[in-house]
Amino acid sequence: MKEFARVQVNQEVTQASRDDAGDVAVKCQVEDLSFYYGKLQALKNINMSFAANQVTAIIGPSGCGKSTLVRCFNRIHDLYPETRYEGKITLQPSGINLIGPETDPLEMRMRMSMVFQKPNAFPKSVFENVAFGLRLRNVNGKDLSERVEKALRSAALWDEVKDRLRESAYTLSGGQQQRLCIARALATEPEMMLFDEPTSALDPIATGKIENLIFELKKNVTVVIVTHNMQQAARISDSTAFMYLGKLIEVAPTKTMFENPSNKLTEEYITGHFG
Amino acid sequence: MTDFKHIIAKRKRQDFIFNIVGILCTLVGILTLGALLADLMIDGLVRINWTFLTSFPSRFAERAGILSSWVGTLLIMIVTASTAVPLGVAAGIYLEEYARRNWLTNLIEINIANLAGVPSIIYGLMALSLLVYQFRLGQTVLAGGLTLAFLILPIVIVATREALRTIPQGIREAAYALGSTKWQVVRHHLLPYSLGGTMTGIIIALSRAIGETAPLITIGAMTFIAFLPPPPITGEPPFVSFEWLTSPFSVLPIQMFNWVSRPDQDFVVNAAGAGLVLIFVTLLLNAIAIMIRYRVRKRIKW
Repeated sequence: MKEFARVQVNQEVTQASRDDAGDVAVKCQVEDLSFYYGKLQALKNINMSFAANQVTAIIGPSGCGKSTLVRCFNRIHDLYPETRYEGKITLQPSGINLIGPETDPLEMRMRMSMVFQKPNAFPKSVFENVAFGLRLRNVNGKDLSERVEKALRSAALWDEVKDRLRESAYTLSGGQQQRLCIARALATEPEMMLFDEPTSALDPIATGKIENLIFELKKNVTVVIVTHNMQQAARISDSTAFMYLGKLIEVAPTKTMFENPSNKLTEEYITGHFG
Repeated sequence: MTDFKHIIAKRKRQDFIFNIVGILCTLVGILTLGALLADLMIDGLVRINWTFLTSFPSRFAERAGILSSWVGTLLIMIVTASTAVPLGVAAGIYLEEYARRNWLTNLIEINIANLAGVPSIIYGLMALSLLVYQFRLGQTVLAGGLTLAFLILPIVIVATREALRTIPQGIREAAYALGSTKWQVVRHHLLPYSLGGTMTGIIIALSRAIGETAPLITIGAMTFIAFLPPPPITGEPPFVSFEWLTSPFSVLPIQMFNWVSRPDQDFVVNAAGAGLVLIFVTLLLNAIAIMIRYRVRKRIKW
């Protein structure tokens, strides 16, 4: 079964990238990416590309490596000992290799933004939460407050917090806190926004707001979203990648993926036979 | 069918018994403390007045006061806090956030935990040979303060690390993901968020140091001293003087020890008075620690 899956993968990936090459620009290319936690290989030869200004969803059962994959993009793995990358992640149009040894992880984190699974607002004021990333980029004074407001507006949070910018972020509800984290990530005008299961700790209404938001975001930024929820992937993404046991099984336009998956494993996962 | 009633009754009886045992155990602690305070109050309260606080020790019990010893205690605490806090906090941050996990850091960690348990007189002996003789600091405020700083350093380090550990990893990742360097994460996030825990630890450590007698006697603190160290602020430029650091000193617990060991009953009353002052300061420090903890917990909930 495993062997079968691998053979399929390679064929599918070539097929998919040929499809993608049509009309959309590629923002990011992943080539032969492998990732190791110590001796454990968590990602196995991933090849795929991310289209600019589109939402790409990554789905798969727990432990398949989907979070590990997006966490490569901002080099957050580098915070932990004994982690190792192999292969290439090329960011376009600069052509920089994200995980190359010559690339400074700090620079990548300056250019990428991540929204995490649990809302992790800082125990500071609403304003300071959004301002922090901007301050790191030497934005000050009037410019700072303008960009904070802009980010809060884009995160559809401005109307709810405009009178309480000086209050602690912890006075906001869980869903508001997650949108605050999105505003914080947006404020720095990243090249790509990485969402690591951003709604798994939220109720359906808060989830709906964030899904609408992500749909809006792609006008300005390339979005990658890891999700547990297949309906979510179907609702908001343009293309979907299915991962299983550290391998990329299939990547295709979301519609094709959900209506007519070409891999048997994908079909079984999507129809709920495992995972 | 099982006899639930019987089982439940038995369990409830166990519950009740432990409840009583728990109350008794708690009472032992509380009553001891209460008796101690009451005893000191009965003996010493009569001696607490302005003259007692502003007089030097004397051969005559009724004229003797604690001026030189409470000033000594204050100065020693200033030296101790201003050395142990920066050293301990920096070391704690380094060990928790910067140091790689390997056998060396594990060894250091075990040793720091052990250091916190070393009897205080051992620190006195170490300070006597190292600070007093080797570094020629003499039997001064500086040597005394540094001795107590060594003593509480492990407590400050451990408190700092514990406080850092309560910060969720997600906060660190969020700060790094925005492009912070390690120092920026420490400076703008970890330090302010852990301040409550660290401050509590520091104050608890200081309230331990304030009552220490053995290490200070070991390095040769005075038991009778009838003058004050030179003032830190002077009339002429540069207006600040550090001469007080090189002055001999006594501290409250040593003064108490000295008075208690005299045959004259009046001096024992003096000792009780000094003890009351010491306990009052300690309780005040602990109250401040509790207040800080309460306020920070109200502000930051993970």
